[in-house]
Amino acid sequence: MLTDLLSLAMGFATLCIVLAMLCCLVRLLVGPSAQDRVLALDTLWMCAMLLILMLGMRFGSLIYFEAALLIALTGFVSTVALAKFLMRGEVIE
Amino acid sequence: MNGLETLPAWAAIIVIGMLVLGGAIVLIGALGLMRLPTFYQRIHGPAITVTLGAGAILIASMVYFTAAQSRLVVHELLITLFIMMTAPVVSMLIMRAAVYRDLRGHKGGFVGEGDVYRQAPDTPEDAAAEK
Repeated sequence: MLTDLLSLAMGFATLCIVLAMLCCLVRLLVGPSAQDRVLALDTLWMCAMLLILMLGMRFGSLIYFEAALLIALTGFVSTVALAKFLMRGEVIE
Repeated sequence: MNGLETLPAWAAIIVIGMLVLGGAIVLIGALGLMRLPTFYQRIHGPAITVTLGAGAILIASMVYFTAAQSRLVVHELLITLFIMMTAPVVSMLIMRAAVYRDLRGHKGGFVGEGDVYRQAPDTPEDAAAEK
């Protein structure tokens, strides 16, 4: 009973994260300005990290944690670089 | 599906609650990003995705692995700490870039009264034409 419920909850959370990624993709494609696209990309990598965490729980493996940590690190650096580019026109001055 | 059957009831209940909460909040934040009309309203949507939604799912992951492996597994605290430190920095940088880009070329800045998202006219002639 509880096991079925847990499996259902994992499916629900995974579905929610995938739908959230689709929403971000819509904003990434139609976003009227460049900062909208950067914001959508920022939310997209966050959702991708959460999706990998969900996969790790689903398969009961701790290996996925490293991938999630790497995505968090590179996503932060890329968003900062994009914001800097929007503001100054170049990343490294 | 290994570990699901051996999970104790208290851990299963906590994990279920956190997963449902986190999934719903992540979806709500992304819907806000997609649906809200202006950029300055849209930036509020992902804020709850990266704080409450990600936090709930990370807590669910921590409780799940701690109960499934019968030892303390708190690797996820690293991700939590990193996200809590970087989320304000990222959102502040994007906001500053957006304000800078919106104000560039508009010497008067934003209009204070009424619609705060309308941009100020450049010259007195433009202001007169607008009235």
